[in-house]
Amino acid sequence: MNFILDHYNYWIVVFLMMTGFYIVITANNLVKKIVGLNVFQTSVFILYISEAKVSGGTAPIVTEGATLYSNPLPHVLILTAIVVGVAVTAVGLALIVRIKRAYGTVEENEFKKMDDAI
Amino acid sequence: MLLLLDIISGILLVTGVFFGLSGAVGVFKLPNFFTRVHAASVTDSIAVILIVSGLVLQTPLGINIAKLLFILVFLLITSPTASHALAKSARHGGLLTMSELEKGDQEEKAPK
Amino acid sequence: MSDFIDLVLLAMLALTGLRIIFLKDLFAVVMLFGIYSFLTALIFINLDAVDVAFTEAAVGAGISSVLMLGTLALTGREEKESSHSSILPLIVVFITGAALIYGTLDMEPFGNPDNPIHKHVAPRYIEDSPKEIGLPNMVTSVLASYRGFDTLGEVVVVFAALIAVLSLLGVPKEGQEKAPASGLKSHQVLRVVAKLIISPIILFALYVQFHGDFGPGGGFQAGVIAAAALILYALVFGLPNAVAVIGPRFLKFMAAAGVLLYASVGFFSMYKGGNFLDYNKLAADPVAGQHYGILIIELGVGITVFAVMLNIYYAFGNQVERSNIQ
Repeated sequence: MNFILDHYNYWIVVFLMMTGFYIVITANNLVKKIVGLNVFQTSVFILYISEAKVSGGTAPIVTEGATLYSNPLPHVLILTAIVVGVAVTAVGLALIVRIKRAYGTVEENEFKKMDDAI
Repeated sequence: MLLLLDIISGILLVTGVFFGLSGAVGVFKLPNFFTRVHAASVTDSIAVILIVSGLVLQTPLGINIAKLLFILVFLLITSPTASHALAKSARHGGLLTMSELEKGDQEEKAPK
Repeated sequence: MSDFIDLVLLAMLALTGLRIIFLKDLFAVVMLFGIYSFLTALIFINLDAVDVAFTEAAVGAGISSVLMLGTLALTGREEKESSHSSILPLIVVFITGAALIYGTLDMEPFGNPDNPIHKHVAPRYIEDSPKEIGLPNMVTSVLASYRGFDTLGEVVVVFAALIAVLSLLGVPKEGQEKAPASGLKSHQVLRVVAKLIISPIILFALYVQFHGDFGPGGGFQAGVIAAAALILYALVFGLPNAVAVIGPRFLKFMAAAGVLLYASVGFFSMYKGGNFLDYNKLAADPVAGQHYGILIIELGVGITVFAVMLNIYYAFGNQVERSNIQ
C-alpha cells in the first residue's frame, strides 16, 4: 500500500503524459493536437510540483510556527513555464488560423492531400 | 460557546455538502437541459452560501473572514449569472422546455 | 487526509484526460480542457504550490480556453474521422508508457523530506531568503531575485510570442468602424453584471501585483487577471469598445516598456557598481535595495504579461469579427 502511495502521483503523470502523446499523434484536427500538447505539458507541471511537496510541510510562505516548507524552486520554474506555455499555445493557434485561411481546412489528412496534389 | 460555534458550522457544512451532492446527482439524473441547469445552479447558490458561512464560523476573527465574505459575494453575483447565460443561450439555440415538448407532441398526434 | 484528496483529484484528472481522447466535438474538448486545468490548479493547492495554482487557474482555464474557443469559431467545431490506423500509435504509447513507469519505480518516495531534491539548493532559499531578501513569500524571492535573470528570459519569450502572433494574424485596426457593434446586445443581465464586476477584478489584479511579496501572487498572475477583466469587457460589450479603451498600438508599446523596465533595473544596478540585476546596490541598505528591485521588476513583468495577453486576444478576436462580417 505504501509503495502505491509513494509512486501514485508519478504513475498518474505518466498516464496523462501518454494521453497527451496519444492525442498528438492520432488527432486529425490541429486544434485537438494543441489540446493534446497542453495535456502533455500540464502532466510535466504536476511531476515537478509533486517532487517539490514535503509531507507535513506548508506552502513556502514564512508563517509563524511553521518549520517545514515545500521546496520553492520547482514552483518558480513551473510558474513561469505556465505563462510561457500559454504564449506558445497562442502562437500555435495563430498558425492554425493561417493554415485554415490558406487551405480551407485544419484536418491533417485533407491538407496533406492538397500538398501532395501540387 | 466555542463548542456551539463548532456544532453550528458543522451543521452548515454538512447541509452545504448535501446540497452540493444533490446538485451533482441532479446533473446526471435529470432528463433535459433546463432541469440540469437548475440542478447545477443549486450547487452554485445554496451550497456555496452554506459552506462559506460554515467556514466563516470556523475562522478566527480577522482579515480572513473578510476575504471569505468577499468570495461569497463574488460567487453570489457570478454563478447565477452564469446559469442565466447558459439557459438563455440554450433558448436562443432553439432548445425547448419539457412542457413545450409535451405540447408539441400532442399537437403532432392530434392531426393524425 | 491530504493524501486522500490527492488520490481522488488525480483520478478525476486521469478520467478527464481519457475523455478528451474520444470526444469528436471540439467545443466539448475545449470545455473539458478548462475543467482539466481547474483540477490541476486544485491539485497544486493540495501540493502546497499556491502561487502555481493561482497562475494555472487564471492562465490555463481562463486565457487558454478563450483563445482556443476563438480559434474554433474560425475553424469549425467538428473533428473529422482520421485516416490513420490507431493500432500503431497505441503500441507506441504503451511501450513508452511502460518504459516511463519502469523508470518511476526507482524514484524517491513522494513527499519524503529526505529526497535529494530537498537537499541541494532549496535549504539555502528556505533558510536565508527571509533574511537576505526580507520577504515572506519565498517563491517571489527566488523568482525575482535569485533567478531574476531566468525570469527576464521568460518575459522576453512572452514578448517574442506576441510578436509572432501579431506577424501571423496582423494588428487589429483602431477606431474607424464603430458600426458593427458585436457583443451581447440582448443579454441585459450579463451586461449589468459585467459592469459590476470588471472594476473589482482590476482592483484585485492590482492587489495581487503589489501583495505578491507577502502572499501568493506577483506580476505574472496580476497581468493575466487584469487582461482577463478587459477580455470580459470585450466579450460582453464588443471588441471595438474594448479597443477604444486600450488600443493594440498602445499595448505594443506597453509590452515593450515592461521588458525594458525589467532590463533597465539590471543596467541601473550595473551603473551603481554591482552585477546585472544585483538589487543589493539599488539602495544604501541591501534589504531595502532588494525590495525596490523586486517591486519594480514585478511591475515590469505585470505590464508585459497584461499587454501581451490582451493584444493576443485582440488579434484573435479581430480575425473572428472579420470572418463574421464576410
